[in-house]
Amino acid sequence: MNRRQIPLLRESLTLVGFVILNIALICAFTFYPLIQGIQLSLYQWDFISPFKIFVGARNYVRMFSDRTFWQIMRNTFVFTFSTVSLTVLSAFGLALLLSLPLRGRELTRGVVFLPTLLSGAAIALVFNYILDDRYGMLTQFLHLFKIKSPSFYTDPFWAMVGIVVTMVWKQAGYGAVILIAGLQGIDHTLYEAAAIDGAGRRARLWYITIPSLAPMLLFVVVTGILGAFQSFDIIKVMTNGGPVNATNVLVYNLYERGFVNFEAGPAGVLTVVIFVIMLVLTILQLQVGARNNAV
Amino acid sequence: MPSNTAPRISLPQILAYIAMGIVVILVGLPLIWMLFASFKLTDEIYRMPGTFFPEHPTLINYPAAWNAVPFGRYFANSLITTFAATASKMSLAMLCAYALVYTKAPKWLKDGAFLLIVAALMVPGQVVIVPNYVTMSMLHWADSYQGIILPNAATAFGTFLLRQYCLGLPYEVVEAAEIDGASHWQRLWLVIMPMAQPALVTVGLFAVVSEWNDFLWPLIITNTNEMRTLPIGLYRLYQTEGLQSWGIIMAGTVFVVAPIVLLFVRSQKFIIEGIAAGAVRG
Repeated sequence: MNRRQIPLLRESLTLVGFVILNIALICAFTFYPLIQGIQLSLYQWDFISPFKIFVGARNYVRMFSDRTFWQIMRNTFVFTFSTVSLTVLSAFGLALLLSLPLRGRELTRGVVFLPTLLSGAAIALVFNYILDDRYGMLTQFLHLFKIKSPSFYTDPFWAMVGIVVTMVWKQAGYGAVILIAGLQGIDHTLYEAAAIDGAGRRARLWYITIPSLAPMLLFVVVTGILGAFQSFDIIKVMTNGGPVNATNVLVYNLYERGFVNFEAGPAGVLTVVIFVIMLVLTILQLQVGARNNAV
Repeated sequence: MPSNTAPRISLPQILAYIAMGIVVILVGLPLIWMLFASFKLTDEIYRMPGTFFPEHPTLINYPAAWNAVPFGRYFANSLITTFAATASKMSLAMLCAYALVYTKAPKWLKDGAFLLIVAALMVPGQVVIVPNYVTMSMLHWADSYQGIILPNAATAFGTFLLRQYCLGLPYEVVEAAEIDGASHWQRLWLVIMPMAQPALVTVGLFAVVSEWNDFLWPLIITNTNEMRTLPIGLYRLYQTEGLQSWGIIMAGTVFVVAPIVLLFVRSQKFIIEGIAAGAVRG
């Protein structure tokens, strides 16, 4: 070895030494499971038996010809779409309101953001109690007006409403914080120029605020989709996917197939399906991120 | 409220204050409802019409919840797993980020390592639970601390965040330290870590919150009370007490939520700035 190669070798060894543990763990618990998931999807297995039966694509065929699977896909879409649209609308409203020069707005921002940090399981229990149609807060409130509360436990439609409302309550503050940061980044001379040109409040919102905020809004939408798509704790605690699969979504179904029914094959198929969907969404997110940096 | 010197409040301002009040009520009400219910006696909760403020505030639900399921054990487990995973995430991310930015290893090696990190960002945690469960059972690590902690011990997100932060730091400082003969280890500890502290704290806070609240993985990997963490224990309490004792369940909920609320009150600025910074960097 000549003189130049020795430090280079030492630097390479330092790099490897510093990154090895992090990358080994990521390979073992993030990349390897993807391969393993694909493998599981080709077998029939109950997690216990020492033998796995190779069934080829049969798990896939059975899954895709099952009407329940398509109902679950539909539930996932309905849940994600309603959660994200309501979350983004609330976050946008909150951001506009909490960017006004009001006393106590810092404190309010804190209050609004707090729910995103709290345990989903705990929040789900609180909302279970609020929506309890016998003695919950909503029932007590509606009782004042002699209105009967809908049943969030037994009615398929209201069960979905219940988990969506809980998600929106929990997640809106996250989007609001990001959008507030975005609003702070807008060049104020734009508003001043527009005001001189006689643009009204609505025109300024429509032609300055929303276009300037577009990358941030997209970011909130995409992270919202990823978050809603992956939510498990709220659904597990509030509805258990019921009544009759009305709130059964992909991630919940993955849990149910794998750890309630002990069907490793179908759970493997769902692992692959969820990964493919998430991959598409994440590529979308990265493009949004790239646009964010460009703007 | 305006002082004497403040200008008169206009109508839009009054409306904005009203809107802000409504927001605070909508967001705060569920948490207040939780807290107040935990101070109510059972017959006050199961009554029509009921009350909002506790009539005869009592702390009786707290020991009742604490004894209904082994909450002390759950607390210890949550503290151990959260602390271990957070410490591991912070150290591994810092080491990895430092090496990716400051070592003079060949470009292909650094790029290759970074590519792995970025690729891992694309794999969401919920996808890998079934295979990871299989791995952990094979190692006979189901229902153990290492089983709960290991899949959460590394962080692609934290590494990414710290790397971006280090790239923004002045490079000359590290060069100066190198000329003075400081080793990589010394440069990391004495130069970079103090400068990267805000980002490191952000990574730590994110890790604490996500480990403390994690539900799906501990639900699957634990199956005895000796190993369950707080959110899983709370769910057990709910299953044992059913819909029959909301007071006790809400007291249990307070156990789970209170530490994070306290953490947030102490570090609100860091958390909110960290979120905003993460979004701006994409």
